[in-house]
Amino acid sequence: MSNAKPRTIVGKVWDLHEIADLGGGQSLLHLDRIFLHERTGPALLAGLAGAGRAPAHRELVLGIVDHAVETLPGRLQRSLAPGANVFVTGFRERARAAGIRLLDLDDPRQGIVHVVAPEQGLALPGFTVVCPDSHTGTVGGLGALAWGIGSTEGEHAVATQTLVRRRPKLMRVEFTGRLPAGAGAKDMALALIARFGAAGGGGHAIEFAGEAVGALPVEGRLTLCNMAVEFGAWTAIVAPDDTTIGWVAGRPAAPKGELLDRAVAHWRSLASDDGARWDARRELDASAIAPMVTWGTSPEHAVAIDAVVPDPSAATGAARAAMERALAYMDIRPGQAIAGLPIDAAFIGSCTNSRLPELREAAAVVRGRKVASGVKAIVVPGSSTVKREAEAEGLDRVFREAGFEWRESGCSLCFFAGIDSFGDARRVVTSTNRNFEGRQGPGVRSHLASPATVAASAIAGRIADPRAAAGG
Amino acid sequence: MEKLVRVEGIAAPLHRPNIDTDLIIPSREITSPGREGYGEKLFAPWRYAGPGRRENPDFVLNREPFRRAPILIAGDNFGCGSSREMAVWAIRQFGIRAIVTPSFGAIFRANCLRNGVLPVELPADVVARLAARAEGGDLVLAVDLEACRVTEPDGTAHGFAVGEREREMMLEGLDDVALTLRRQGEIDAFEARDRAARPWAWAPPRD
Ligand code: SF4
Repeated sequence: MSNAKPRTIVGKVWDLHEIADLGGGQSLLHLDRIFLHERTGPALLAGLAGAGRAPAHRELVLGIVDHAVETLPGRLQRSLAPGANVFVTGFRERARAAGIRLLDLDDPRQGIVHVVAPEQGLALPGFTVVCPDSHTGTVGGLGALAWGIGSTEGEHAVATQTLVRRRPKLMRVEFTGRLPAGAGAKDMALALIARFGAAGGGGHAIEFAGEAVGALPVEGRLTLCNMAVEFGAWTAIVAPDDTTIGWVAGRPAAPKGELLDRAVAHWRSLASDDGARWDARRELDASAIAPMVTWGTSPEHAVAIDAVVPDPSAATGAARAAMERALAYMDIRPGQAIAGLPIDAAFIGSCTNSRLPELREAAAVVRGRKVASGVKAIVVPGSSTVKREAEAEGLDRVFREAGFEWRESGCSLCFFAGIDSFGDARRVVTSTNRNFEGRQGPGVRSHLASPATVAASAIAGRIADPRAAAGG
Repeated sequence: MEKLVRVEGIAAPLHRPNIDTDLIIPSREITSPGREGYGEKLFAPWRYAGPGRRENPDFVLNREPFRRAPILIAGDNFGCGSSREMAVWAIRQFGIRAIVTPSFGAIFRANCLRNGVLPVELPADVVARLAARAEGGDLVLAVDLEACRVTEPDGTAHGFAVGEREREMMLEGLDDVALTLRRQGEIDAFEARDRAARPWAWAPPRD
């Protein structure tokens, strides 16, 4: 694939995986890895079996149980929740029949698929990765081209180890300057979406770049790419650099020895060339980003923590009507300060924000303090591995002593399927990615924020600025 | 893949932006991994009110003549959010065969094409005008995949774009996987080359 024209990282990964140019901008692409979970996997595998088809490369497919599992301690000793059973059992049976490996509940590597894949080295830089799940693009944070698909496309993926895709439009999003203390990758993502809208990504493949992105640890880059789908992007990627290579090398499934050397040389060749063409560019000054919180029911309804809830009368048409509906659902008023709003629950978890560095940040805010009375506070580590590592550092004690629940890994209350529940809690501050109506439970009002902001809010009993908490 | 050539009928307006798949079909309505039984669950949070799943008479799809509308006019970024294909199954099983909006969530759009629901993207001002007209309950649109055109009652026509392969698959009701398997020779050749070039990508993940 020698090509003198300067290319973007997306173009390079694309060219490397193109089996055939189908014309009209479409390519038949090779897939390096396919991940499945028990919420969307059973329908996919049932469809495949129903059509009399088998996986083309079952060794490149992996199933993980994460969505429909309860997270209260001791879950292995109990039978599955009624709502979970059909999915988990169905997935086990289908995966076994198709000969697909499963990281099941009792596997020490179990966890949220988008946390486990990078952490175990199952997703690597330069890979193409798909999963019937919209947050698959998370692993773009380490330089993989990864995207979410539906169950029917998933059948095609598993049956052929390929997908047909139109070459995406390309957008470069540059975060210039340095992120101030107290703000993190989650705040960058929310600031971007607030500025350009929940459809601002316009279906593009985004490369995140700039000083503030380069300064992020891989976990922060995973957070940023995780939220790209909430920005309306097709997917997002960060070019692998020394940070990435240091992070990936040594992961259990990463290449070793001579193979690693070859892989690293390849990874270093992926960065976008100077002069590569982009269909769109966006720029944001990272040094002006403060901790962000959402006030409404779309991730674009986000403001800096010291700002007030905006007034819909400043907007027009459908956006204005949507803002008014959001205010009614969230039970807040325009002009009201977002900080200080009393909360019923606080949740730290999800594929957005549940990795070790994030738990450390939240624990630093919580250490030696107590959760406000009447607030239900929960930490759900993103994987069983993260949980063990956090426990080895004593983070579980910090959270427990403050009054947080410390749970087993899984998607948990990132979405509501009737398995885990906030009980009577209405207003929740949450480190997850979606504040949609009813996403975390019927009538639940979700305020998205960083893990540090969630931690500070749990202590204060109201939405609170983590920068103020950090000082004391 | 379900065949679709042309849809003609009443258009129902649901013109708000960012309608996500959690609203189209909430997680708690997904109680089994099967593909059936989602039609009654479409837009459950809006369609039903109070105990016993009483219909909310104000919701557009509960009103005549929209109860049988085959065309939905929606706001920007329709179907954003979760990849759940159940969202499209619910729309299809309700009877909607075409959705007109300025833009779609990418996964939702791909899912539509594979389930006999035609995703139609038109400029925002056109969609806003059509949505306003549809409120009256007498806007009949003709959506033609062969010509890639939406036609209003007065003959005003708007072109839209669909990928060539997807258009053909929908027009003919072709099987996606079978089409790709015709290229098995090319796939095998690619794999052989790639195994030599990137052996680490093929080393099976350790157990
Ligand atoms: S944690 Fe939430 S967003 Fe992430 S995969 Fe699970 S349900 Fe989806």
